[in-house]
Amino acid sequence: MLLGNEYYLGVDVGSVSTNLVLLDHEEQVAEALYLRTMGRPMQTIKEGLKQLRAKFPQARIIGVGTTGSARQLAATLLGADVVKNEITAHAVAASRVHPGVQTILEIGGQDSKIICLRDGVVVDFAMNTVCAAGTGSFLDQQAGRLGIPIEQFGPLAVEAQHPVRIAGRCSVFAESDMIHKQQLGHSLEDILAGLCQAMVRNYLNNVGKNKDIRGPVLFQGGVAANPGIRKAFEEELGQEIIIPEHFAVMGALGAAYLAEEKLVRAQGERGESRFRGLQVVDTEFQASSFECAGCANHCEVVEILQDKTILARWGDRCGKWSSGKGEQRSASEVNAR
Amino acid sequence: MKVTFPHMGNAWIVIQALFETLNVDVAVPPPTSKGTLNLGTKLAPESSCLPLKINLGNYIEAAAKGADTIAITGGIGPCRFGYYGELERQILRDAGYSYEVVILEPPDGSLWGLAKRIRYLAGRHNSWTKILKAIRFAYRKSVALDRVEDLIHAARPRLAEPLAAEKLYSKAKQHLIEASEDKGLEEAVFWVQQSIKECQAPLRGEKPLRVGVVGEIYTILDPFSSLDVEQQLGNLGVEVNRSIYLSSWVGQHVFQGLAQGYHPLRDYPRLAKPYLPHFVGGHGQETVGAAVQFAREGADGIIQLLPLGCMPEIVASSVLPRIQADYRIPIMTLTVDEHSGRAGVQTRLEAFVDLLERRRIRTLTREDVLNVARE
Repeated sequence: MLLGNEYYLGVDVGSVSTNLVLLDHEEQVAEALYLRTMGRPMQTIKEGLKQLRAKFPQARIIGVGTTGSARQLAATLLGADVVKNEITAHAVAASRVHPGVQTILEIGGQDSKIICLRDGVVVDFAMNTVCAAGTGSFLDQQAGRLGIPIEQFGPLAVEAQHPVRIAGRCSVFAESDMIHKQQLGHSLEDILAGLCQAMVRNYLNNVGKNKDIRGPVLFQGGVAANPGIRKAFEEELGQEIIIPEHFAVMGALGAAYLAEEKLVRAQGERGESRFRGLQVVDTEFQASSFECAGCANHCEVVEILQDKTILARWGDRCGKWSSGKGEQRSASEVNAR
Repeated sequence: MKVTFPHMGNAWIVIQALFETLNVDVAVPPPTSKGTLNLGTKLAPESSCLPLKINLGNYIEAAAKGADTIAITGGIGPCRFGYYGELERQILRDAGYSYEVVILEPPDGSLWGLAKRIRYLAGRHNSWTKILKAIRFAYRKSVALDRVEDLIHAARPRLAEPLAAEKLYSKAKQHLIEASEDKGLEEAVFWVQQSIKECQAPLRGEKPLRVGVVGEIYTILDPFSSLDVEQQLGNLGVEVNRSIYLSSWVGQHVFQGLAQGYHPLRDYPRLAKPYLPHFVGGHGQETVGAAVQFAREGADGIIQLLPLGCMPEIVASSVLPRIQADYRIPIMTLTVDEHSGRAGVQTRLEAFVDLLERRRIRTLTREDVLNVARE
């Protein structure tokens, strides 16, 4: 059993947002943070921890899971027990929060995915491959163009009487089509609703193509905050869309659950966490990169340093650096020679 | 005359052997790298598929090594690759490279025309007997290479040290490159077998997951194009089975099925029939047939690889969901081009392997329950 001040930490570092979740002894979310990554993942992670420490000074972190596109970086900084891809993390969170879920629609800042589960196991998934037209950044951009805050986007769209049809295949075309519709004199609400529908159509035709979408359907990721998109999904799919309470941080929640699963499973009782402690907040990390000249691949190797000690390296195809077999000094030292 | 040719995975080892046996001067292009792709992308039409871009990059880099003649296979059929030889000739000429391009295909169906082109490459000093002998040896080398590659597929999830399999692989390739007789080929394969046996880690209880890799031939044979999908899967503890090997392609297309290669293609059209009953160009039908075969053989999952815009594989990928449903086997399609990122591919592979693992855990627990019931 967990004590009252013991928590599992889940961290999801994505391109747009960095989310942190504390899971308490009753497997409930004690705290959920949603921060903007703004291209500085290391600072953002530290900022998140700082906020957690301020709010829970007594907290003991007994397990850490990381996910998202910077999961490896986060894992190195924190000393994570589990490093998982975002698809598995989202699926785990959804099936814990809503057992019996069969489809997960997830739309984040720069990627979107669909996950199909049957009997609690992922059986199929897809992520957007070459196009970001159906993601949160696109909505952000259009809201900016129309001069409305993103928070009002959805509520306004829901008010629409006659949504206009907007070409949503490509964000560039969608934008010019939208301008055209504006100039024809359509109302703002109708245009916003049209954009929601275009985005949903685009999502279902790309990411959701050939996927067997069965209920219960969960909609998560930052874009789930937009009721206009939810309504468009409900109309298009003809079934109810459930938005979980912590829709924006489901990846981080999944990572926390995975950390718990791993540590509890490890020894029948609880395994020891590799977490480096909340003092990580006060530690200085440096990241640098160099191009390995060992072969024709010219891999860009990234190294994370703490006080000139190399914590980790990655980016090499052959494993020379990531396995710790390469030069033990940091690249900057070698270059200075 | 100094002959060069495009890279396609290990194919260069075989082609180099062929020309060297015939005493033809060869310039092997430097291994394909980001730089190669950048050179090719500048010259190629944006919408052409990844192999064309890599080919062009290879030629430009080979030109710096003194190559003046290109040997490339052609093709007849709906796949764009068939006209890449001609297209490359014109692109290179426009870009100011004075290359002679010899396309190995029967021009207008004329075998005599093909023979003349082979004769041109081989030169006057080689008799037809010698040419045929060289082709046969090169073919046997490609079979040996494929055997080694398949052994490495099996070794990756089984060796304790992740880099051990790669070291073994590059050593074995070196042996095969140096081998100039059949004996050397046999020895190299045997050596790999023995080495794997010696350093194999005792398997932890269960067999590794098995994933079938199907798709467009260039992408599955060329690790640079596929962003090392096979190696990445191996490092995730998966044993890879592949639908097409170099020697089987050579057997089918060069020897017209007289030789079958390491892993014959001949069953694929029959297996594909319920889903795709006719030829759609490239290896679309083979992809579908191989997927059926892997599913029947009890593979845990299937991954389809294709370069962006590959028509035959797009046809195949629209058929695969039916196989997925009929055989209840997870199938994932990965599209690659010069914009593909390693991280994106890795995320998908990890998620796919997680999916397979969790599925297996569930099936295992079910069987355990049944066992308990029996006792």
